[in-house]
Amino acid sequence: MAQATPGATILELKDVSKRFGEFYANRGVNFDLRAGEVHCLCGENGAGKSTMMNMLYGLLEPTEGTISMDGAPVHIGGPRHAIDLGIGMVHQHFMLIPVFTVAENIVLADEPTQGMTLDIKAAEARVRELSDRYGLSVDPSARVQDITVGQQQRAEILKALYRRARILILDEPTAVLTPQEIEELLRVIGLLRDEGMSIIMITHKLKEVLSIADRISVLRRGEMVGTVPREGQTEASIANMMVGRDVLLKVDKTESIPERPVLTVQDLWVKDDRDLDAVRGASFEVHAGEIVGVAGIDGNGQEELVDAIAGLRPIQRGRITLDGEDITGLSPHEVSEAGLGHIPQDRHRRGMVLDFDLRENVMLHDWDKRDMVRFGIIDRAASAERAETLCDMYDVRSGGGIGSRAGSLSGGNQQKLVIAREIQRDPKLLIAAQPTRGVDIGAIEFIHRRLVEERDAGTAVLLVSLEMSEVLSLSDRIVVIFEGEIVAEFEGGRVDEQRLGMAMIGSGDGHSVPGQAGIGGALAGPEVEETPA
Amino acid sequence: MKEFVDVWILGLGLATLTYGTPLILAALGGLFSERSGIVNIALEGMMTAGAFFAIYVSVQTNSWFFGLIGAMLAGMVLAAVHAVATVTFHADQIVSGTAIILIAAGLVNFLNLTLFGSEGSPPDISSPWKVGPADFRVSVLVPLAFLAVAGTWFVIFRTPFGLRLRSVGEHPRAADTVGIDVARMRYTAVLVSGALAGLAGAFISFNVDSYTENMVAGNGFIALAALIFGKWKPVPVMMACLLFGFAQGLASRLGGVGWLPDAFQSPELLNALPYVITLIALAGFVGKAVPPAAVGKPYIKH
Repeated sequence: MAQATPGATILELKDVSKRFGEFYANRGVNFDLRAGEVHCLCGENGAGKSTMMNMLYGLLEPTEGTISMDGAPVHIGGPRHAIDLGIGMVHQHFMLIPVFTVAENIVLADEPTQGMTLDIKAAEARVRELSDRYGLSVDPSARVQDITVGQQQRAEILKALYRRARILILDEPTAVLTPQEIEELLRVIGLLRDEGMSIIMITHKLKEVLSIADRISVLRRGEMVGTVPREGQTEASIANMMVGRDVLLKVDKTESIPERPVLTVQDLWVKDDRDLDAVRGASFEVHAGEIVGVAGIDGNGQEELVDAIAGLRPIQRGRITLDGEDITGLSPHEVSEAGLGHIPQDRHRRGMVLDFDLRENVMLHDWDKRDMVRFGIIDRAASAERAETLCDMYDVRSGGGIGSRAGSLSGGNQQKLVIAREIQRDPKLLIAAQPTRGVDIGAIEFIHRRLVEERDAGTAVLLVSLEMSEVLSLSDRIVVIFEGEIVAEFEGGRVDEQRLGMAMIGSGDGHSVPGQAGIGGALAGPEVEETPA
Repeated sequence: MKEFVDVWILGLGLATLTYGTPLILAALGGLFSERSGIVNIALEGMMTAGAFFAIYVSVQTNSWFFGLIGAMLAGMVLAAVHAVATVTFHADQIVSGTAIILIAAGLVNFLNLTLFGSEGSPPDISSPWKVGPADFRVSVLVPLAFLAVAGTWFVIFRTPFGLRLRSVGEHPRAADTVGIDVARMRYTAVLVSGALAGLAGAFISFNVDSYTENMVAGNGFIALAALIFGKWKPVPVMMACLLFGFAQGLASRLGGVGWLPDAFQSPELLNALPYVITLIALAGFVGKAVPPAAVGKPYIKH
């Protein structure tokens, strides 16, 4: 790694703007990066962080302003040029080719050769050397599609190191990681900084910002709100800079009053797309008036569990009842009629039709309802009225009112629309799968409040989330799913991130709730510890 | 016994190579294109152009070698049209491919009538060397096709160029972020595809030393089927092509077999055999063929 004088400014953006038509994605941005620092860049979705980084990586050209490196203005013509300048970027959605090996991915476009042929041995040796040096353990000959997300990220970082990056841009690097992997990543970032690497880390997880940043810059609506040293900052102060007002970070809720069981899942077995057992004998209940959070690392059967309950995936074995009615094997429509509201994990694929307008999206469920459809013809006035009401109540902001294409809305507004539609149906059970994925802090606050309100109105809420903080702050009860089994159960508010994280990787000490242990069949970990009452 | 060997071993072997070789060349062309992410259903059209220009240039220059060059260039011109439409202008690859097939068929028939007239090409033309033992003479293009299989495997799986080509077909944005010029890679691959398809067409017309209308007769599509059957890998693709070539050879031979019931002697039914085998192979025996992930999708930079 090239050594610059620690603390010297190696990269500077001066009055940089990027305009798309009339819209400024960045306006008059000033930013500087010092050698050997970790500089966190925060901001809500659409604040212009990605635009700024894409300009640094040569994917976009600034409309105005200058970018300088080591004091001299540069024009970054493309990714190749950025790489040559020593800029490496780990994209939020990894730029790895699943069918290639780790080494092939890392050396791609800078391959070691022997005569005409690709020298894969040399490539693997070089990768091994780098991975040993920085403690980024990953098998160079493994295919990317077969390794964990954490390992894939290490491969991405190695890709930048292999290209001799001295500036490393990390775009939302912790969004997909487990707590243990996050800790590991932060350790690696610290190590790289000590070696003289200058790091820009984009994130909206305030806790991480406070633990790793040397300085913090905040973007809001394309403009730089300010750059501050970490000392003296709190989560609240940064959130305030990001949103421009005080944000309620903690969910405000009372003790739950669970009533009758609404959802009961008994010994449920479900297969995934590859025909392997994804859910293996899961049993649990969700009562009216409580939020049950399903915690787990991505890919441990959450998706299949939700699909099975919603009737979207066949069940191998087991029984599901909704408010006393057996819904095992019913079609999605029948399950929904039986009282399920479903906020799906992937709103683009399952939550809405992006090419439909808001009015059409709001009435997707109602193709057979008398109040929306008469003699096979959609009642435009009635559906428009409902769409107007919901957009109003849920503060769904769009460019052109209810006639806007759903695809043109921001992620947060799309999600609010889906949530509005599902809640207005007055479901007995509401499944919220990753309800705040890709959603701004402001909208997260709103969505969380609505979910708690639904609970208070007597709905049973099943929350599935990969965000531990979300599970912890919303749930009245938490079940942990690991390799398709419910391996632990906690009372909400009685468990911390550390213990929950351990349970999520299958080595937990989660205590059982009486009568529950035997049904799930598998409490991982030899010791079952009772939480003091 | 001698007759059995002549007809059913040597004869059928020759027929398999004769029908299989153009399939191999065209399917390799498809392999380059699809590995880079561009579907090339226009192979059929490029073969038609190759078939005609091989004969035309051979007649004009009195050199089969220039005929082959002409066939490759003709295929590449159509390939360039496909590349401009799909890579530069992000057109739908199936629509562009279909258009090129139709254009090629019309244009080539027009040129054939204009340049050769109704009596067709002259009877004596320079035709590629034959190689092999006396009772097993094949066009020099046959060993060339097998060399092309080995060459394709080497280029695609053993060279930096091949790695980059595949990266573009799997995840063009990832390739872009490490500085690979996606459009250039795809242009290169599609042009190679056109050259190979042109060569495939040349084999078909040189086989009878003349061009006749619609002589490619769906072989471009069978080559595509072989590409899928062979899961986009050179050697399995070659095997698939030989299987389909064998089916065509068999169909052409069964017509004269006395012990077959009359119904099976009908040429229409026998000629359907290769297609039936193609269908069964694709439906039943392929298993799960995973195409390059980005195939068929235009790549639009930011």
